[in-house]
Amino acid sequence: MSVNDLALYGVLPALALAIVLTVIRLLRGPSLPDRVMALDLLTTLGIGVIAVYAIATDQPAFLDVAIATALISFLGTVAFAYYIERTV
Amino acid sequence: MGEMVTGLLMVVGAFFMVVAGLGVLRMPDLFLRMSASAKASTLGAGALLLAVAVHFGDVGVTSRAVATIVFLLLTAPIAAHMLGRAGYFVGVKLVETTVIDELAGQYDLRSHRLRSKELTAVPQETPQPDA
Repeated sequence: MSVNDLALYGVLPALALAIVLTVIRLLRGPSLPDRVMALDLLTTLGIGVIAVYAIATDQPAFLDVAIATALISFLGTVAFAYYIERTV
Repeated sequence: MGEMVTGLLMVVGAFFMVVAGLGVLRMPDLFLRMSASAKASTLGAGALLLAVAVHFGDVGVTSRAVATIVFLLLTAPIAAHMLGRAGYFVGVKLVETTVIDELAGQYDLRSHRLRSKELTAVPQETPQPDA
């Protein structure tokens, strides 16, 4: 079993399970900060998916997408937190 | 050898990602949920990116992976802190079994400043010199 197969059939399904659990919290989340936190975790999980997919397909160019996703998700979470705090 | 390290790092990263998802779903409280998500997801993503660096073994790929890890390590605590602070201001309920909430009443709701508690003078026991 090569590393590519492990990434494709072992690690990506585990990450998909984590994404499903997080989406349940995103839909349920009793308060707005809960949902924002779930979105933040979703983008971090997306970074993990991109990294594993880069290994599975032997394409290192996907890493640039991971960097851009990390930048944008931080800005989004900070903006959400700022405006949630301003509502009080 | 390199393949084994890559596989091990990927399995560890996937494990911590699933732990983060489980914690976000099962923890009873916004703040406990954020404690689970911020730390476990940073560790999981860091392990997966390290796996990428080991797998390709290339200077360009490794530097990009390390840059992403450093950026995640710098920004994840800041985002979690800002979100937790916003949640506390909005009045998110703590779980019923909370023992102590030391922030209660310390935030000025108008200026959003944090005051420290007034310290009550504790009588100090002065050491008696040996007579």
